[in-house]
Amino acid sequence: MIQVENLTKTFDHFTAVKDISFHVDAGEIFAFLGPNGAGKTTTIKMLTTLLRPTSGRIHLDGFDPWVRQREARQSFGIVFQDPSLDSEQTAYENMELHGILYHVPHRVRAERIETLLRLFELWERRGDYVKTFSGGMKRRLEIARGFLHTPKILFLDEPTLGLDPQSRNQLWTHVKAINEKEKTTVFLTTHYMDEADRVAHRIAIMDHGAIVAIGTSAELRARTSTDSLEGAFLALTGTSLRDESASSTDNLRRFAQMWQRR
Amino acid sequence: MGAIYIMWLRELKRYVRSRAQIVVSLGQPALYLLALGYGFGPVFAKAGAGNYLQFMAPGVMGMTVLFSSVFSGMAMLWDRQFGFLKETLVAPVPRLHIMLGRTLGGATVAIIQGLLILVVCLIAGFRPHLWIAIPASFVFVAMIAIVFAALGASIGSVIQDMQGFQLLMNFLVMPIFFLSGALYPLSNLPRVLTWITHADPLSYGIDGLRGVLIGSWQFSFALDLAILAVLAAAFLSVSAWLFSRIQL
Repeated sequence: MIQVENLTKTFDHFTAVKDISFHVDAGEIFAFLGPNGAGKTTTIKMLTTLLRPTSGRIHLDGFDPWVRQREARQSFGIVFQDPSLDSEQTAYENMELHGILYHVPHRVRAERIETLLRLFELWERRGDYVKTFSGGMKRRLEIARGFLHTPKILFLDEPTLGLDPQSRNQLWTHVKAINEKEKTTVFLTTHYMDEADRVAHRIAIMDHGAIVAIGTSAELRARTSTDSLEGAFLALTGTSLRDESASSTDNLRRFAQMWQRR
Repeated sequence: MGAIYIMWLRELKRYVRSRAQIVVSLGQPALYLLALGYGFGPVFAKAGAGNYLQFMAPGVMGMTVLFSSVFSGMAMLWDRQFGFLKETLVAPVPRLHIMLGRTLGGATVAIIQGLLILVVCLIAGFRPHLWIAIPASFVFVAMIAIVFAALGASIGSVIQDMQGFQLLMNFLVMPIFFLSGALYPLSNLPRVLTWITHADPLSYGIDGLRGVLIGSWQFSFALDLAILAVLAAAFLSVSAWLFSRIQL
């Protein structure tokens, strides 16, 4: 379903992703595991047509997303690392807007929205503005929205960042349920080992822009002679801390918070 | 087509739902109208130039439409910040459609604002020379709205932070307003100021409004409309191009 060959992304003087290759099968749940700044989000951006690769080849469902951008975009759903909902509209309106942008036919739309909102336990709150939702509810709504147009692949970029254990647990239960029912391929990134261990069929460990290992959790453990995925992860990526610089978006958000507090 | 419609509808919903903002955004032009309209009135009359309120009401309408439409475009900054922009950028529809929907939505809101401030002007004592002029003036209201919604959208596609927004506000939008002839006649100005005012797109919009509403022209109907149409096409193209280039 996803084929990546020698993918590289270089920013001015910095190589974020170095010559990575991997494939993901249809119906598989595939996890990118890595410390902060490893290049996971950059990879997802390139796969989802948001960032042009410096070099390398990508095939999604058989075509190059940069050549046939619209077909590619129709074929996948994406849940970003940070929120992308319209907080001034209701949950239902957010779903409907997505349905229209993704050409979900009018007859199917209402029914599909109801099914997904019920599944993600948001149906009762469908008429409320998203700005009144908790962090966990917003995430659930985003994931429900990602499935709305029955994508072949769903990209989840750190979907559980900042959620409490209950919400994380519930979220993965829903995602697994849809993966089994609709055979949606799921590509996720995370830095929570337990999640990757529990949810993913296969895991790629990424560090400093390169893939250091790919396999099932058991294979990775066997390969590093450790008894937990966490042990394998540390054995493969080392124990030094990673620093990330704040992006302009982070700065802007901080600025807005300052303003709203006044 | 669906994408244009839903993005247009979103702008309208946001407008209708922020009632407090509607009142606030009408407060400033109303203040101009009252403080300057009545305040400068006697001086203007003494100079033999007639009724100042009559003169400046079309200017205040133009100002309302200018601010409303430019801000709607720049609101993209907030969508960028709160993340919603991404949802529209990865959608399987041409970005041109997203852009058009947003811009037309912003322009529609600006037209509604223009209509509301016209009502305020009429209450304050403004009278058009012909009543039929009121519907006719909305040709120019719509043109101003489209030109500046597209300009705002171009800016919104480029700036990424609040500092940029403030900068453009002070060095672009305010000069566009003050140098447009909204508050004073463009005749007999110092030569440099004449050049600048003639280069200001809003001058032609204000002139069109004033011409239609009170029958006083600096340029002409045809020239005003032609310049605004060319600018609308130009700014829409530029904004579409800039919007299509956004990467995250």
